[in-house]
Amino acid sequence: MSKRMPATAPQSNDSKAVSSVTNKSNEITPAMMLEWLRQMQLIREFENRTMQAYQQAKIGGFCHIYSGQEACCVGTIAATNDDDPIVTAYRDHGHALARGMTPEACMAEMFGKVDGCAKGKGGSMHMFDKPNWLFGGHGIVSAQTPLGAGLAFAEKYKLEVMGEGKKKVSLAYLGDGAIDQGAFHEALNFSAVHDVPVIFIIENNGYSMGTAISRHTANADNLISRGQSYGINSIEIDGLDICHLYNEFKPFVDQCRENSRPGFVDLKTYRYQGHSMSDPQKYRTKDEVDAFKDKDSIAKLLSDLLGDGLITEAAWKDMQSEIKDQVRAAMDFAENSPIPEAGELYTDVYANPEKNLSPTATYTHGTKNPLM
Amino acid sequence: MTTLPMIDTDIHPAIEAHLDMPAMLPNDQLPSFEGDRIIQYREALREAMSEEMRHDKRVFLLGEEVAQYNGAYKISQGMLDEFGAKRIIDTPISENGFAGMAIAAAMSGLRPIVEFMSWSFSFVAADPILNNAPKMLYMSGGQFGCPIVFRGNDGAGGQLASTHSWCVEALYANVPGLKMAIPSNPYDAKGLLKTAIRDPDPVFFMESERMLGDKAHVPEEEYYIPFGQARLAREGDAVTLVSFGRPVHFCMEAAERLAAEGIEVDVLDMRTIRPLDIESIIERVKITNKVLVVDQSWPFASIASEVITQICERCFDWLDMAPARLNTADVPTPYAKGLEYDYLPNPERIVEAVKNMID
Repeated sequence: MSKRMPATAPQSNDSKAVSSVTNKSNEITPAMMLEWLRQMQLIREFENRTMQAYQQAKIGGFCHIYSGQEACCVGTIAATNDDDPIVTAYRDHGHALARGMTPEACMAEMFGKVDGCAKGKGGSMHMFDKPNWLFGGHGIVSAQTPLGAGLAFAEKYKLEVMGEGKKKVSLAYLGDGAIDQGAFHEALNFSAVHDVPVIFIIENNGYSMGTAISRHTANADNLISRGQSYGINSIEIDGLDICHLYNEFKPFVDQCRENSRPGFVDLKTYRYQGHSMSDPQKYRTKDEVDAFKDKDSIAKLLSDLLGDGLITEAAWKDMQSEIKDQVRAAMDFAENSPIPEAGELYTDVYANPEKNLSPTATYTHGTKNPLM
Repeated sequence: MTTLPMIDTDIHPAIEAHLDMPAMLPNDQLPSFEGDRIIQYREALREAMSEEMRHDKRVFLLGEEVAQYNGAYKISQGMLDEFGAKRIIDTPISENGFAGMAIAAAMSGLRPIVEFMSWSFSFVAADPILNNAPKMLYMSGGQFGCPIVFRGNDGAGGQLASTHSWCVEALYANVPGLKMAIPSNPYDAKGLLKTAIRDPDPVFFMESERMLGDKAHVPEEEYYIPFGQARLAREGDAVTLVSFGRPVHFCMEAAERLAAEGIEVDVLDMRTIRPLDIESIIERVKITNKVLVVDQSWPFASIASEVITQICERCFDWLDMAPARLNTADVPTPYAKGLEYDYLPNPERIVEAVKNMID
């Protein structure tokens, strides 16, 4: 039972932090657990079909698979409000789906079709969903970290200067490889100095592409010291157990929102596939991968639900079958969506496309984005 | 489904309907360039920012030393007192971080003005300003715009040596999705900066430490100078000099000296590089049939290279001779005063280049 009881608010190492969180409201309900199971399985199934489509050359470019990390995005997004802005890196399909993007828009984007979330102009690494407050997947390691700070800064500015909106928290997701970038440290420093309510979530899968964490970053088993050194409230969370994750993360988010202060989370996870589709994974053993598959986050949640009698084997089969159908429909949709017309090459370059901006191109406004 | 309150959700294709752009007037309908309200270039910049900040609470200024220090170059002097610390924001010396942060604020519907103390320091922010700001609209399929102004000192200051004397215009103008303005005088500085702040696209705005103290007439009344509208600063018949930013002054001085010898040249101040008012260049080339582009960036793949290419593409038959360029010397910027002067496209070099075209 303890897994569904909220943990106490994390011990603060932040001199400005004052806990005002009431844990009552944070309790996990069976309905929430079932919804998480559905979302995590949707992402797993979606990624399985993504890999197939990539191998069939229906998807091109770089493509990074999220399988294994599902609890991270589903559990953290569940702890935020729908209008809290989030931004992530290039391993972004899971975040898009967890935020509410349809599998159709996500898959069509990877197919380079007009019904994709970016009309086929962004691809796998650039999932944007304005109605769902997803400010992109971003391709350059750690480039999204300052952006995440800016999202929280903007919402705070709107509230304090313009008297609009409400108290918001932004989530900036990054991998463990991204903490070695200067942009990461600059974003932490700025956020701490200016009281920006952004939470830096390190989805720590143990590898910076093919370089193990102990080989790419100093003090690798104590990443929260990075946050603490800037006076930022920092916690380490097991990212493979979604109930535990939620219990730890929900009060943490509430506290950052309440106190308008940044947060730092070392979220321990693992990816089952290579860094990208082209990775032969010679830097790790199959035994290591299998050991983590034994701790699979979907299997863990399912076993909790079965154990507590909150789902039956038959209902789980039905759920899997529905998800398979849902993703198959998304594949069909992506397959049948038209490719962009040639004229789309020159649209969406400028919001105010004046003449003489280019010696060779005439820019125009594009068709309306399908998400808007 | 929630929608952002601050940006038009229909930025495409309905941008015209939502765009808060004032009327853009041709040169002959703008307030007079001449007059007796004489202020410094830095004051013109300050007036532009302050007026737009009074008009629109979404606009804010951030950068190193802009607030308590009143600006490293006193451009933002007094603005902290008027607008407060929430809108005039001192940053750590971390351009990568605060440029990226401001870009996300722009994506969220705010209108940041980012001051780089010098464009020379913008390279550590190259990723956000080149990879994020100009591409966000495209990469997101029209969902997220980036209405932001990056501004600061560009070009040789005064014996600042190689790392602090960058002219970034040729490097950055290469990137589609951004606009670039390079005002040469206080009147243009104010009118172009006000337009830049209103524009919904990222604008790279180049000032010069050597011009901040320049004084000239700036009208009392509000005005906006359209992008892509050059100003004929001097009219002649022998050669058309095409320039922008500080070298316009070198051209004007050279033109004076040439006039003393009976040679009258055009000086066309481009004001903006992207968009580039190629029509005005063509119009003058059809009259003088000779063109010299004076550019303070290095010659290889410079703005001059681009301007000359467009001239050849658009009015080759009107040229009496090969179009010419005069750039800074193709070396790192030297420290020694005399060497630095020789390095720049200075009036002596312009006079010599014009005479070579006439003889």
